[in-house]
Amino acid sequence: MKYIHDFTIVSNERQTTDFVVLTLQAGEAPLPEIHPGQFAEVRIDGAPGVYLRRPLSIHDVDYDKQQIKLLVQEVGKGTKILTQQAVGSMVNMVYPLGKGYDLPDSKRVLLVGGGCGVAPLLFLGRHLKKNGISPRFLIGTRTSANLVRLEAYNELGEVMVTTEDGSAGTKGYVINHPVMRTEEPDFDWIYTCGPEPMMKILAKYADHHDLTCQVSLENHMACGIGACLCCIAPTKDGNKCTCTDGPVFDSKYLQW
Amino acid sequence: MVDLSVKLGSLELKNPVMTASGTFGYGEEYEDFIDIHSLGGIVVKGTTLHPRQGNDYPRMAETPMGMLNAVGLQNVGVDQFIQSIYPRIKHYKTNILVNVSGSTVEEYVETAEKINELESIPGIELNISCPNVKEGGMAFGTSCPSAIAVTSAVRDVYKKHLMVKLSPNVTSIAEIAKGVEGAGADSVSLINTLLGMAIDAHSRRPVLSTITGGLSGAAVKPIALRMVWQVANAVKIPIVGMGGISSAEDAIEFMLAGATAVEIGTANFIDPRITIQIIDGIRSYLESHQMNSVQNLIGGLITE
Repeated sequence: MKYIHDFTIVSNERQTTDFVVLTLQAGEAPLPEIHPGQFAEVRIDGAPGVYLRRPLSIHDVDYDKQQIKLLVQEVGKGTKILTQQAVGSMVNMVYPLGKGYDLPDSKRVLLVGGGCGVAPLLFLGRHLKKNGISPRFLIGTRTSANLVRLEAYNELGEVMVTTEDGSAGTKGYVINHPVMRTEEPDFDWIYTCGPEPMMKILAKYADHHDLTCQVSLENHMACGIGACLCCIAPTKDGNKCTCTDGPVFDSKYLQW
Repeated sequence: MVDLSVKLGSLELKNPVMTASGTFGYGEEYEDFIDIHSLGGIVVKGTTLHPRQGNDYPRMAETPMGMLNAVGLQNVGVDQFIQSIYPRIKHYKTNILVNVSGSTVEEYVETAEKINELESIPGIELNISCPNVKEGGMAFGTSCPSAIAVTSAVRDVYKKHLMVKLSPNVTSIAEIAKGVEGAGADSVSLINTLLGMAIDAHSRRPVLSTITGGLSGAAVKPIALRMVWQVANAVKIPIVGMGGISSAEDAIEFMLAGATAVEIGTANFIDPRITIQIIDGIRSYLESHQMNSVQNLIGGLITE
């Protein structure tokens, strides 16, 4: 079931120059069950040139407090307006949307996030841990200043880092990290979200080592509910909506 | 108690608010948000004789107060529609119209014939105005002779309500409207999207895979309103107005310009409950203006 609800911003915490975490308090209606990897279509009012909602992945859910967290990267006019919203202001969301990540059939998992793609992996890590699986994170960014909320990921499991400039962790891309360079990987499932080139490399890596790889696509959307057919991804069964058949796909199902 | 019902030829609508093809899926996509039975009608996704994969990604570009799309009539094809989708939606207590498109007159005719057999589909919207397919689509709707040819060919085989959806990408939309009226259309709906384009200045590339696409949303409303008014002055058949309608006031403006009913399109993406809000808003407007029927609005523009 999908809902359209108003939330109140209860905190707006800047993480880096362009990353902000918004904590949103649900109204009277209780939060529905949300699966890791699902997203919300967030309405952005009062921004000239912003007409459509913005699809943002759900970063974290706290059912006790009835709160949702969004990790917002300022990439354009819409997200810039959203991150400027003061505590106490309202945000309207259509949610929870799309198909999220599946539980693995193995306990050996690696969660790989690039840039803003780390957003859904926190909630996924929490979900895995609750199901008796220890998440391990591999997070790649351009530079150490772009690493966000490492402490939150650390609480859930081991965190490995790569930076392109070598300012933290292993220098290079996620694929250059020692955990990816062993002859026999010590994980059977890869969960990933991030830039498409990164996910394509991970999909190839998974093919090569016969692993399962679930990727989360970030296509441009209008409706978010499978009506407009704008956000399609090519799959073995033809064009499928990223918003309803995804955003999480098995990498082998995609025709990249 | 105000009367919201309108008549669109043989169609009886409980209110003048319908949904525009391509923005409302098959209705099912919106079931979590609204009561589909409360709508005046729904026009389901453009349907062709054969399944179509549509255009490549990217298919969408946001523009000031609107958006461009280049979906290219992705759909499962009429047979699959009849087999698997129609049984799921035929219980809707509203007018379900199928938007029909094709690359040749024969394809339009064959698709319409198949839909003619469906008991719970009281009409079709003939799409001669899609700007996003290479062959057919808009090609039929931008010249008067071809618009007439495809309308009369479908009229010969299609026995129920035949609505023809007009393209704004023409010199005189009133001429085309008169042409399809003469060819047997029961109503016309307008406007389809306006041909537009978006460029990414930084990459120096077009945003859409097809370079050009169809503009919709609030940005097109003044053009749509003008065209509805021009067509209302040219034809006797009822008009279904659309183009950027986002509020009850917008809908009322289209009715004042001469529309009997309206279709809501892109606004569904911004608020999936917008259709119901518009119906409620029209009711409140009538009450506050002490009008007992929405029909009093049709063509009620005061110009002197």
